Amino acid sequence: MKALNIPKIDFIGKQTYAIIFSLLLVFVSIFSLSINGLKLGIDFTGGTLLEVGYQQDVDLADVRATLSEAKFKGASVRYFGSTKEILIRLEPQAISSAKLSSKIIHLLGNDVDIRRVEFVGPKVGEELTNDGGLAMLYALIGILIYVAFRFEYRFALGSISALIHDVIVTLGIFSFLQIEFNLTVLAAILAVIGYSLNDTIVVFDRIRENFLSTRHTDPIKIINAALNQTLSRTLMTSVTTLLVLLALFFLGGEIIHNFALALLIGVVIGTYSSIYVASSMILALGISKQDLLPSEKESKEIDARP
Amino acid sequence: MNQYSGLKNALIAFCLLLSILYALPNIFGSDLAVQVSSAGGKLVTESDLDKITDTLKSKDVNYKSVALSNRHILVRFDNNASQLSAKDILKTSLGRNYVVALNLAPSVPLWLSNLGGKAMSLGLDLRGGVHFLLEVDMYAVMAVSIDKHYNELRTLLRAERLYKSIKKEGERIVIRLKTVDTRAKALKIIKSELSDLVVLETNNQDKLMIYLAISNNAQKNAKKNALKQNITTLRNRVDELGVAEPIIQQQGLERIVVQLPGVQDTARAKEILGAVATLEFRLVDERNDPQTAIQSGRMPIGSKLYYFKDGRPLLLKNRVIATGENITGAASGVDDRSAPMVNITLDSIGGRAMLDTTKKYLKHRIAVVFIENKVETIIKNGKTIKKRTTTKDIINAATIEGVFSSRFQITGIDSGREARNLALLLRAGSLSTPIEIIEERTIGPSLGADNIEKGVLSVIIGFMLVLIFMAMRYRVFGLVANIALTLNLAMIVAVLSLLQATLTLPGIAGIVLTVGMAVDANVLIFERIKEELGSNSDIQKAISSGYDKALLTIADANITTLIAALVLFSFGTGPIKGFAITLSIGIITSMFTAIIVSRAIINKIYGGKKHQELSI
Repeated sequence: MKALNIPKIDFIGKQTYAIIFSLLLVFVSIFSLSINGLKLGIDFTGGTLLEVGYQQDVDLADVRATLSEAKFKGASVRYFGSTKEILIRLEPQAISSAKLSSKIIHLLGNDVDIRRVEFVGPKVGEELTNDGGLAMLYALIGILIYVAFRFEYRFALGSISALIHDVIVTLGIFSFLQIEFNLTVLAAILAVIGYSLNDTIVVFDRIRENFLSTRHTDPIKIINAALNQTLSRTLMTSVTTLLVLLALFFLGGEIIHNFALALLIGVVIGTYSSIYVASSMILALGISKQDLLPSEKESKEIDARP
Repeated sequence: MNQYSGLKNALIAFCLLLSILYALPNIFGSDLAVQVSSAGGKLVTESDLDKITDTLKSKDVNYKSVALSNRHILVRFDNNASQLSAKDILKTSLGRNYVVALNLAPSVPLWLSNLGGKAMSLGLDLRGGVHFLLEVDMYAVMAVSIDKHYNELRTLLRAERLYKSIKKEGERIVIRLKTVDTRAKALKIIKSELSDLVVLETNNQDKLMIYLAISNNAQKNAKKNALKQNITTLRNRVDELGVAEPIIQQQGLERIVVQLPGVQDTARAKEILGAVATLEFRLVDERNDPQTAIQSGRMPIGSKLYYFKDGRPLLLKNRVIATGENITGAASGVDDRSAPMVNITLDSIGGRAMLDTTKKYLKHRIAVVFIENKVETIIKNGKTIKKRTTTKDIINAATIEGVFSSRFQITGIDSGREARNLALLLRAGSLSTPIEIIEERTIGPSLGADNIEKGVLSVIIGFMLVLIFMAMRYRVFGLVANIALTLNLAMIVAVLSLLQATLTLPGIAGIVLTVGMAVDANVLIFERIKEELGSNSDIQKAISSGYDKALLTIADANITTLIAALVLFSFGTGPIKGFAITLSIGIITSMFTAIIVSRAIINKIYGGKKHQELSI
């Protein structure tokens, strides 16, 4: 049993760089989102998606020719996973109806294996977009209330700004790299919110504890100590989560590829933001020992804790 | 110190054993099976079972086992070939009253299923199948409702000779009275006989005019009924498709979810589900000649021109005797002289109307008009609009040979094939409102199998990586965390199986993610114990305060994640819901295993003894 080495890294001292870095990330993300936008999947735009498997390698040009001959507008064809599988995506079009997919299946011939067909009507796509935005908003509000209730409003604002930071940057990377954004990616982003928050809460918990248990009143020292004390946990959990996500990313198949990617990006960003963004925020909002001193009733409860 | 009471240990062990027991059904795999159930929602019986076994034996089809539950009969097979041939054989021998469908039946041992053990139900993305979201065209429903009220109102007021004119204006009915003093009488009749109509207040001071619309309540009811009727009709149509475990569910106020696991021929499924048709029985106007009407371009009062599919015209009266809604059954057959015919059964409303009509109009003809409504959503100038097309064809015109009400036959049909076709159309026509497929998700069986394989592989690999990492980093404590993690996995599977929640590919991703995050609680605890060891030499105290101090942090962190998961669940459609379910269950079970179970094991190893060192 060796004495424990708690690192003494001056996180807050490097705050200025972190703030500049974060602002830059957020700015570039917003820039990319407003210029490039997200490459939305048919879940949100509406349209038809077909995944088709062939017995042997297939030439994309042939498929494209067949489709353009039949006058399907805005058809994009690409390989999906291997050269024996293709993914056809069609924009919602004038003749669009659920029957469209049947027509294409007919066109491609009988020896193909229809692996997946997705048709989303324009109205459903619109609803999913709205609902998705709302879901994100509700999750943030629910968390804001819980954290404000359990901690203090400054902590709530700190954690929310870290979350918004994570979401914007993750979306920004998806926009910058033009990776398709579909329903499962949205689910991943919501999971990122949960994960990043998990990290932030652990740090906050320690900051609160340190404020209450030490004589120090200097918030910078206290926050630094808390970040150092939780550092090995933060890294450990990130590593275990990243390990399983890498397994999903490489082995989980094409369908959850982007889902795993969003989580991978989100976990890395979330780990960074819980160290820098959240704590910088509460520091900037001027957290002090007095803010965390419990009222009389609460202090009894705390005394009663083992 | 650091010892749980015997009772607490026993309780923990009991919980874990229970979890393992109910996770167990999932390891047995599944059998290829054919499922036979009754089409009308009736129960299948022992005699059906005997019939099935006899049929299969006589055709030399080998089966593994056959079992009867109150809902259906499951026949299990060793290979795909005998499964498929058995399906065809049974389908032809059992006839239309039974639904014969291919299925995958979990092969859970009898003792386990007697204890209530069930395997997880797999989502469409894992087993293959079709998911449709259908929307009922409520605009058309309201149009039909206005028509119906208009016809009734006209009949009523005409009997009293009250109106000068009556017409439909969009969603309103406008009446012009003959004299002002009949207004009160007209309103009284409307109020007592047609309570679904409300009088609209308008700026028009003309006392001769009455403006009517359908009340909100009645509109709501009409929509509700339309949805219900569609669901019923869809159930019958799905029965015709032969699907083992179909889901047909209302979603919201105007939508229906249809999930057909295992269906591969989606084109046929769409054809059968999407065919939107209705029927009208109308009297033929025998007094006027259709050719004269065509040449003059003027329709006789109360009649309108309709055509057969081959172009022959016929004048039909405007009043509808009965619609497809009133048809409860239509079957083709042969009469006593072996001529093809169609047997029709109407409900009581249709029967009464038919009785009135046939009494009055013996030897007249009744025509059956088949009306097909197609709704397509198209994009025009960047706006989505609905394009409606309606085609009306006369499919039959038969002379009334006697007085009848709700049961009658149409004879004089050329061939048996035509009779079958007519019966099919009549049945199809009993779905009265247009529905449109607004979302479709089909997963082919090969992709489903792929998804399971990849999902399971990524769970195993991810899981192993975490186990190795934890053991390396925390040694004995790491191994304890690993046991807790393994038990957590068993608990998630057990809870999913017991709830019969549907496992989807994103659901598997949720499990994988939970594995990664579940160790977080143990990491928090172990790091805390390490810290305590640094400042305190008593290892027993370090263990206990490590657990205690980490507890609130873990709870806070997990509750916030749970909030995100619950939002996901309430927002989610299919795949996202699956992810949210496994994530939520995983968070809750991981709190139990990572805190309580790991503590129990640590207590067993270190509790109450003098140790110099912790392997952490």
